[in-house]
Amino acid sequence: MHHWTKRNVVMMCSLALFPPPLSGDGETSQYNESNTDPSVWFEDSPALNLYFPRESLKPHSRQESSSKSAFRDHCETLYTRSAGAWRDAGLSGLLNEIANSSAEVPKWLGVSSSCVLALLRWVSSFHSSLFPHLTASLSDCHYLALCLQLSSEEMTAEFSQVLDWSDCAVRGFAWHPHTQKCAVALSDDSIKIYNPKSATTPTLKHRLQRSVAALQWKPLCASALAVACHNCLLVWHVDPTSLSTRPSSGCAQVLSHPGHSPVTSVAWSPNGPLLVSASPRDTALLVWDVAVESCVPLHRVGGGGVTYLSWSPDGSRVLAATPSSLFRVWETRMWTCERWPSLKGRCQSGCWSPDGSRLLFTVQGETVIYALTFTDNPGVPLMMSGGPKAATVVADLSETTLNTPDGDIMVGGEIQSLAWDPRGERLAVHVKGDAGAGRPAMIAVFKTQISPAFKLLPCGFVQGEAGTEPRLMQFNPNYQHGAQLTVCWSNGKITHVPFCFMSAGNPQPGLGGSPSFPLTQGRPADYNNQTLYTELIS
Amino acid sequence: MFSSDQSCWFVRKVICWRAVASMAWSVLLLLPTTALFVLLSRFSLFHPILWMSECLSLLTSASAIFSFILLCGVVLMVGFFNLEYYTVVPSIACSKIALLGQVLHPRQFVHSLVHCIMGVVVAWCCAFTIGGRYRSLGHPCTQDESSSGPEMCLNEYHLVLLLAGAFIGYSHSLVGVVYNMNYVSFHTMQQYKYLRFKGALPLVVKASAVQALYCLRSFLLLYFFMGYAPRAWICKTLDLSINSSIHSLDSVSSLLDLSLLYHLWISGTFLLLTWYITVLLFRIFVTEVYSFPVQSTFTEDAHQCLPKVITGTQPMILKFLALQDLALLSQHSPSRRLEVFSLSQPGGHPHIWTALSKECLSLLSDLTERLVAHHDTVATNGRAKSQSTGSNKRSTTSSEGSVTSVGMEDMKTPRPSALIRTPGSVFLRSSVGAGLRTPLTTPFTPDLDSPFSSPALRRLTGPLEPQGALSPGFSSIQSPHVMRRGPKLWSASTDSQLNGSPPPSPGPAPSPSQAQLKPSFLVTFLQNRKDQLPEASSQALFADSQVHIWALQGLSHLVAASFSEDQYGIVQTTLPTILSTLLLLQEAVDRHFKLPHTSSKPGHCSCSMGDDSYKTLRFALRSTLKTAVYRITATFGGHLHAVQMSAEHRKRLQHFLEYKE
Repeated sequence: MHHWTKRNVVMMCSLALFPPPLSGDGETSQYNESNTDPSVWFEDSPALNLYFPRESLKPHSRQESSSKSAFRDHCETLYTRSAGAWRDAGLSGLLNEIANSSAEVPKWLGVSSSCVLALLRWVSSFHSSLFPHLTASLSDCHYLALCLQLSSEEMTAEFSQVLDWSDCAVRGFAWHPHTQKCAVALSDDSIKIYNPKSATTPTLKHRLQRSVAALQWKPLCASALAVACHNCLLVWHVDPTSLSTRPSSGCAQVLSHPGHSPVTSVAWSPNGPLLVSASPRDTALLVWDVAVESCVPLHRVGGGGVTYLSWSPDGSRVLAATPSSLFRVWETRMWTCERWPSLKGRCQSGCWSPDGSRLLFTVQGETVIYALTFTDNPGVPLMMSGGPKAATVVADLSETTLNTPDGDIMVGGEIQSLAWDPRGERLAVHVKGDAGAGRPAMIAVFKTQISPAFKLLPCGFVQGEAGTEPRLMQFNPNYQHGAQLTVCWSNGKITHVPFCFMSAGNPQPGLGGSPSFPLTQGRPADYNNQTLYTELIS
Repeated sequence: MFSSDQSCWFVRKVICWRAVASMAWSVLLLLPTTALFVLLSRFSLFHPILWMSECLSLLTSASAIFSFILLCGVVLMVGFFNLEYYTVVPSIACSKIALLGQVLHPRQFVHSLVHCIMGVVVAWCCAFTIGGRYRSLGHPCTQDESSSGPEMCLNEYHLVLLLAGAFIGYSHSLVGVVYNMNYVSFHTMQQYKYLRFKGALPLVVKASAVQALYCLRSFLLLYFFMGYAPRAWICKTLDLSINSSIHSLDSVSSLLDLSLLYHLWISGTFLLLTWYITVLLFRIFVTEVYSFPVQSTFTEDAHQCLPKVITGTQPMILKFLALQDLALLSQHSPSRRLEVFSLSQPGGHPHIWTALSKECLSLLSDLTERLVAHHDTVATNGRAKSQSTGSNKRSTTSSEGSVTSVGMEDMKTPRPSALIRTPGSVFLRSSVGAGLRTPLTTPFTPDLDSPFSSPALRRLTGPLEPQGALSPGFSSIQSPHVMRRGPKLWSASTDSQLNGSPPPSPGPAPSPSQAQLKPSFLVTFLQNRKDQLPEASSQALFADSQVHIWALQGLSHLVAASFSEDQYGIVQTTLPTILSTLLLLQEAVDRHFKLPHTSSKPGHCSCSMGDDSYKTLRFALRSTLKTAVYRITATFGGHLHAVQMSAEHRKRLQHFLEYKE
């Protein structure tokens, strides 16, 4: 058992040390460090600046229900509809149907079916947290209340890494880990695949591909794309040489497991055939062997579900967050886990350093970033080795006011997601903000250094056009000249923000002779030298 | 001989101990299972206190201890049979006739008989535990007409319970053959034994309950029609009379007695549960990772080191565990990798790496040859018929020769003639011949003279042969277009393919006696009969592919690690061979998956203890192969241009480098 011992250090607000954001509202996203046109930095291919205006996409939920109502005659008898609901969604669907058509059924039947439905939801989400951990019981109660009132779709929205998922035109984005190719999940339940080197843009649609919460390309493979859907996992095999723009649904493997819905997170093992998937309603973490379509459920008591997964880049550990104030870190050699009952709130997001030795995570309701350091060998189970005993606070992003030429602006707040670039030099923090209080959602970028000691330095903010806010971000793993952050904005645009730097640890050989790249010139030079956090080496 | 010596130490020191440990645990687990059974079988809703006190007094009585000892004996026996019959390479019957042959094999007959008897023993214990009307076979009764005092009558409830136990025991053995219950599969994920057991326990409970229900249904049907026979026999031999005042049980009304059904079902569940737990524990224990030393400082331990063990062929489990260890060390253990990349102390030769890579490569090229041979057979459209007879004779003799030389492992495959078809024998033979480098004879050529040949192949070759005997409707089903269109990529259900092709000749199915007595009839029958298991030949080709998967993983991880860890550059010398082997295999696998029925996924049978993971090994192999090539290309990148290879392979590799495969 590991407990928090929050370091008793008065953490000064990290954002106060940041250079204030520029006030201009340009066409492209702005980045204070080096204000360059993002489209330039793709190798020798056209830029992937994509734009999905919301009007062009049919709203997801409407479409679903409207198509259903178009085809299913509402004059059908209750019996027929119930049979259909039973076939589509099992017992809960049947109960839902009965509860919804209260006009046609006797009152006692409607009431009792709604009661049973609520009970079912409660049981299905809690069947293994009968003995919740003492410290976690309060927030488990909170989660109970949450589960009872949330439908599957709302649950996906609640636990997704995308800010305001249900309203977002772009619901998921995934760069291919090895080649310049990306997949975009849109709110009309389709997925488009963009490859700058190819003229075709395959569109993936499947009957079961509803409310996509996450997607990820399989490492060490050209074609496989895992998609977390409403009540199953889809693994698409998109032949990169095919000229087809609409791969048939036969190209998709459907992986489903009873009780495992909605799927909110997926993660591929970086060097193997395994895929893990999580659902807030299922207490088990599923480990899939995708080729043979079999899965091993890993049940543990407590937590009440799994919401977010992140596999460390070296493949040795998996972070599994639960809807309650508890998260687990699994080691992947023997699949044992250690529990981290956290202080308050659930673990919202997390990211691993490239060597897998450090985990940064954020907690819902808090404005700080915690760090865990793992020093052991990857082969040794966590229980037996000296894993970390306490998490340390490395950054505090609480609200602060920055002076800009246009006046003071408020920044900071709760953290939605974290992203660490594959070289470990930049850390992007997606701050939720609060539109009502005049704090926009924005992305704060830190410079990081992993060896010899872990350091965080302020870098800058990433801003979009006026009136837009970032919804989703991911670093491009194939960018040669530094780091490139892909941001999906609330207006449906996807832009790429380059961070050009000479890597201190391993200078890129190809970069030496090309002076045309504007290297990082920290505009406000004095800001860059103030270290926010340095690990004490004792 | 060296190999027999080697097998001795491993079986003696590891496998036997693992089996003993698993049996000990199953005996320990018998205690709670029995207690649970006692509680459930005597359950009464309205007298809870009486119920509890009765159960407690029963559990502590001396007679209960006696029946518990009996149950322990049964569990030990089941454990012994597990150890004796287990196999790591499943025997896949390529046709229904071959399956029939497996069922009728003498070895299997012994298995069935013993399980039948053990079923009776368990059922007797159950009857004793439940007590009441089930307690004994005879009970005193007074017949109406004779007033000469009490005589013994047959207690039919007891008899039904015993017969149900026998039936369930026999069907357990039978289902075990059909679903390959003796096949021990290895898992991709490593977990501790306790956690694995805990995870599998609910499934086992469910499987035993469901299986008991199915068995019960069949048994009641059987008893309804045939029940009088055993009853009369028992009465005659034991000199019991039938109580005419009580209705006999083979009527609808008395068989629908809910209490009787419940007791039969719970006894069947208890029986299957204890046996399944034994099987499960044996599987978990025997597949546990064994860490072999990479090199040894003492020469007397040299035969236990990984490079020696991995080249051996017997026992099969040793080879499997060695390759599993290789795959794991290549991924997880930098220090052991360093030993692999080290040079021998006097001389400076990379003996360890050479031995390991050579064995892996020979395994992979064997698979390539096997796939190419299979493909050629299919492609020649049965023209191999005439020429295959000779080669098949050879393969028969050679595989039978290996049967005599190898130990218990080969005895897992029930019949010598089925052995020809199982790739296990191919594998054995080819790895025996690996040192000799004998050319591999095609093991899957259809042998029309043998009654147990693999007609699945002829089914594949069938469409282009002139088949006068076939009905036109059937030959249109066999047309290649339909065959290609039928199995879609990743389609989930294969039932339509399994059942879809109707038997062309509506002749009567041969009874077992016919199959054995009249082989000449059977040959003609088999030549016409085409409703075979379509995927089976493909499954049989890849039946032992777990070793290939590990070889691929081990090689590719070692090569990728050598990029930074290999100080002497020893891996570089083998890199061209490794790459060309992988690419050749990739080509062969791609060609194989273009055949009909190979890319259709088998449906999962969820509620049975039979492990059907061998059915999907080919998909795992294909995916692992691709990942392995990508792992090497992703690590080495552009440096691979400097590697010597043929232009065709270079082109293929370029596709991998550009992520276009």
